[in-house]
Amino acid sequence: MQLTTRSKQVSNKEMTLAEKMYLPAVISGLAITISHFFRKKPTIQYPEVKRYLGPIYRGHHILKRDEQGRERCTACGLCAVACPAEAISMVAAERKKGEENLYREEKYAAVYEINMLRCIFCGLCEEACPKQAVYLRHDLMVPVFLERDEVIYGKDRLVENMDDRYIRVANPEVNATPTEPSLTRAAT
Amino acid sequence: MIDLRLLSRTTIYMEDVKPQLLKVTIDGIEVEVEPGTTILQAARKIGPEVAPPAMCYYQPLKASGGKCRACLVRVAAGSAKDPRPMPKLVASCLTAVQDGMIVENTTNPQVIDARNGIVEFLLLNHPLDCPVCDQAGECDLQNFAFDHGKVTTRYEEERRTFEKQDIGPYIQLHMTRCILCYRCVFTADQITNKRVHGVLGRGDASEIGTYIEKAIDNDFSGNVIDVCPVGALTDKTYRFKNRVWFSKPVDAHRDCPTCSGNVTLWYRGEDVIRVTARKNEWNEVTEFICNTCRFEKKKTSDWTIEGPTKISRSSVISANKYRADTVKPAFGQRLAAAEYKAIHDERDTSQLGIQQLAPERFAKVLPSALDPEP
Repeated sequence: MQLTTRSKQVSNKEMTLAEKMYLPAVISGLAITISHFFRKKPTIQYPEVKRYLGPIYRGHHILKRDEQGRERCTACGLCAVACPAEAISMVAAERKKGEENLYREEKYAAVYEINMLRCIFCGLCEEACPKQAVYLRHDLMVPVFLERDEVIYGKDRLVENMDDRYIRVANPEVNATPTEPSLTRAAT
Repeated sequence: MIDLRLLSRTTIYMEDVKPQLLKVTIDGIEVEVEPGTTILQAARKIGPEVAPPAMCYYQPLKASGGKCRACLVRVAAGSAKDPRPMPKLVASCLTAVQDGMIVENTTNPQVIDARNGIVEFLLLNHPLDCPVCDQAGECDLQNFAFDHGKVTTRYEEERRTFEKQDIGPYIQLHMTRCILCYRCVFTADQITNKRVHGVLGRGDASEIGTYIEKAIDNDFSGNVIDVCPVGALTDKTYRFKNRVWFSKPVDAHRDCPTCSGNVTLWYRGEDVIRVTARKNEWNEVTEFICNTCRFEKKKTSDWTIEGPTKISRSSVISANKYRADTVKPAFGQRLAAAEYKAIHDERDTSQLGIQQLAPERFAKVLPSALDPEP
């Protein structure tokens, strides 16, 4: 019974002179090695060169603003209750008169903190968010930290910068002006 | 030794005094109740799986119920004497049971259909601002819509909106969220001495009014917050303080000259952020508390702590809390057993098992393989 087509018959025949010198075999081996010097290198020089992680990579969190630059987050707490690592905490506050251009709803997150030591980047907060406020960026990773007090990210590091808005290529819903589901249209 | 004659006499005596119990069947489960009981109360006697939802009915409040139609059930047989079914679905909170009545609640698709419609109607004008609303997490309408609601709405008209109103220094009225269950009106009628707020207008235009925003200065006015099934009446001292499910409920009491003093304290860290009356398993307050307890005693030193409030495992309030009795190891198994559905699986499984090789294959190494089996 033949199990494979690559099997070779082993023989004990006398080697020829060329085979006894081993030189052709050494040269052919070296040729293989040298040919690898001229090939394209698969290594990426990581800190200097960064690889594209794909359109659905879950990286750095971002708190989106709407098209008028108002914060979308209304501190409903659904991200925090969905978070399996309990990394998110927030304190809500009521919007005052004259702050309508800062916050979208009458309630907003005065404090919004994510503990990046706890976060496991599962993306459940993004899924839970009813206001399309929190997203995990596909193009940016959370940088390496050296001190423990760098780990808790507040609103200063999470809220979107209007000059450099986050646009998710793979999902047209996450563009500069995210579309609201029609249900929330009449919400006050 | 027990005197048997005496025992039998006692039994007869007890039967004489006991009123005739009525036998009702709800969703195939039989229960015996006293005359005058409503279908809803009989169903509650069986348990929460059978009890119809109630948005306006509130047992401690007299004359409540019949407004929201959430508790509609089908009566398949009116009574033992007259077993004809009732022609239309009936509100179970108002209909009294009769002997031999057969009620279909969740087993009837017509009832489920009707409830889906009721949710749609209740949500016509109700704003979807649950992320902002302080009631979210303990809201009856949220629970009801979770069970029976649709994801989308067919309503395209302008929703009715109202300005927020302050009713007194502690209570805020969001008329936009009101579903007109009249519970607060009944509370004001029955718990407090003089009613200062009622319902103005009719039909779509009706609203909870306070008669020119006259403040309720009654000692028990804060209870309208607890009876409100939605977030229409909210505690101003708790406004946006925290989400319900991040605060920790603790039972406590104090010596109060005006009320029973039995309350639930809601903690955030070490701070009491809210005081409410205790709710039973039907989300109803049986002991109303006074405004002093509710709004002014927000220090732990004012209270005698009894222990953590029992919260059902399925409630969002139990999320992220790891008390020993909230996490039940058998819960997953019971859920799996309840949800188990036998699937149609008629594949040819003859190729899946380990195949017996023919004994001739082993004849060379194991000659005994060819021996006949004993």
